[in-house]
Amino acid sequence: MAAVEIDSLSHAFGQGDMLRTVLQNISLRIDSGEVVLLTGPSGCGKTTLLTLIGALRTVQQGRVNVLGERLDGAGRRRRQQVRRRIGMIFQGHNLLRCLTAEQNVQMGADLLPGLGYRARRDEARHWLRSVGLEDQMGKLPHDLSGGQKQRVAIARALAAHPQLLLADEPTAALDGATGREVVELLRRLAREQDCAVLIVTHDPRILDVADRILRMEDGSLLPPVE
Amino acid sequence: MRNLWQGRKIPLSWLLLSRQPVRLLVALAGISFAGILMFMQLGFRDGLFDASVTVHRLFDADLVLISPRSASSIRMAGFPRRRLVQTLADPDVEGVSPVHWGLMLWRNPETRLNRAILALGFNPDDPFFLDPGLSQKTEVLKQKGRILFDQLSRPEFGPIADWYREGRTVETEIAGNRIRVEGLVSLGTSFGADGNLLTSTETFLDLSPQKPRGSIEVGLIRLRPGSDPQQVVERLQLRLPDDVKVLTKQGFIEFEKNYWKSGTSIGFIFTLGAAMGFVVGCVIVYQVLYTDVSDHLPEYATLMAMGHRLSHLLGVVVREGFYLAVMGYVPAYLAGQGLYWFVRDATSLPVGMNATRALTVGGMILVMCMLSALLAMRRLVDADPAEIF
Ligand SMILES: Nc1ncnc2c1ncn2[C@@H]1O[C@H](COP(=O)(O)OP(=O)(O)OP(=O)(O)O)[C@@H](O)[C@H]1O
Ligand SMILES: [Mg+2]
Repeated sequence: MAAVEIDSLSHAFGQGDMLRTVLQNISLRIDSGEVVLLTGPSGCGKTTLLTLIGALRTVQQGRVNVLGERLDGAGRRRRQQVRRRIGMIFQGHNLLRCLTAEQNVQMGADLLPGLGYRARRDEARHWLRSVGLEDQMGKLPHDLSGGQKQRVAIARALAAHPQLLLADEPTAALDGATGREVVELLRRLAREQDCAVLIVTHDPRILDVADRILRMEDGSLLPPVE
Repeated sequence: MRNLWQGRKIPLSWLLLSRQPVRLLVALAGISFAGILMFMQLGFRDGLFDASVTVHRLFDADLVLISPRSASSIRMAGFPRRRLVQTLADPDVEGVSPVHWGLMLWRNPETRLNRAILALGFNPDDPFFLDPGLSQKTEVLKQKGRILFDQLSRPEFGPIADWYREGRTVETEIAGNRIRVEGLVSLGTSFGADGNLLTSTETFLDLSPQKPRGSIEVGLIRLRPGSDPQQVVERLQLRLPDDVKVLTKQGFIEFEKNYWKSGTSIGFIFTLGAAMGFVVGCVIVYQVLYTDVSDHLPEYATLMAMGHRLSHLLGVVVREGFYLAVMGYVPAYLAGQGLYWFVRDATSLPVGMNATRALTVGGMILVMCMLSALLAMRRLVDADPAEIF
């Protein structure tokens, strides 16, 4: 089954004279369990595409199907429900400053329906162990390094058992070696879950982790290079 | 119950508050301040109204007759004494006692200046007082021209209590008649009266010769044990002509309080003071919650991007407001208790904590925090999950 299926998607910002088309006629497909990288020059519309797939924006034109749900024409509430099944990792880690690593991850696990508090807490601990942070569970984001914070963010995204993981430049704030480690961890864990992954990146050092690379320019996808 | 416990989530509201202790303290200080202000203003208001009925509370009566033309303790009109005697025809009435009640001009024996004092004239043989100590003292009033002076009266009446305790013979004039102080009592001042004196019916009438003989201002009625005062009130009101009003003792007390509450702006002024406290509290809590939401806007947006419901996030803000209300109320309550104790000690005004006021102020604080939370929530709508990547 396809995790993401997009057909002739276009998107524009602004109105009237200020109207700027950012995405033009994009079609793509990501299968479940596939790890896909999206690259392209700054401003070509990568983030915009990601927010549309992530059900964070309303679709203006074209068809978008994510995890079997149609997003074109979906209302606020519907999109919120689709988002529960999508894990997101941001450029800045976006952890909650007032929560410990464990509590941050549990904010992800809390989205799981029908699980008791203990089960959700154990889930959070399990994912923190998986990203190698079993010794840092009680620490606040403030006391963690950049790489550790990004790993907490990965654990948080995975704790809700997503079937699709979206990451926007997850290595931008990390040095080369740490960035590579983090992305490899991300790929390994997603594989184990049979979860599709879409990573937006500029970082040439991590291109080889992908099953497939999509290149974008000026709002359009370039044909795949073999 | 178990399900609720199992279903619980990370206590985000509590952590948002407690991990920023300085902001929390500022908020709590603001709420407590508002609460203390409300306790103070409402306490003074109720205290002053209570003080206005110290004299009314003295009597051991079940029902009270007054003239419908009486407006308050400082403007008591007379009615025929016969009416009081007529009530004895009712099977439930056990005994009656007439009381004369009015303001008189007291001459300060030191400065020779006149000042209005509230005088009560009653039958010293059957004084109808609740306090047995007071009833014993009335024995001396059987001699004409003797009075009991309230030692809590304002000092403008002269150093009466001091002189009396020194053993001097304290004499002065009321409306040109000589009177002698034969004892001291402790009643207390009120809005209407800066001082009080007690005397016998006969002396009272000598001191106010213009009053018609057969007329009294207050009629006290004692009922047989087991009778229902409300029923007797209705019966007597039917039987007696319109020139008297029949009240229960509580009704008599309310009659006086109502005059000061609705006939003057005293209540309004103190209520306004309490309202100011409310507004100040609202502003402070709103500021704190609004800044809190603004500061964490990217985090709220992240939670929304993860799929948390907007209503869940609104709930976080509401709970923050609730915790602030509870945590701010406790110190306000304790400080209020301390303040009342201090005021009682310093002014002899009967202010104290009571359940109604504790609940009123608690409710006001809760409303204040919830209102602020609601306003601060509007900021949450600005959290756009699409803008966080
Ligand atoms: N909310 C918005 N309103 C108006 N224009 C926007 C908005 N968001 C993005 N844009 C514009 O759309 C274009 C594509 O932006 P986008 O963020 O998708 O690019 P990107 O490929 O992610 O770039 P980068 O690599 O720098 O992150 C840019 O020119 C940007 O200025
Ligand atoms: Mg971008």
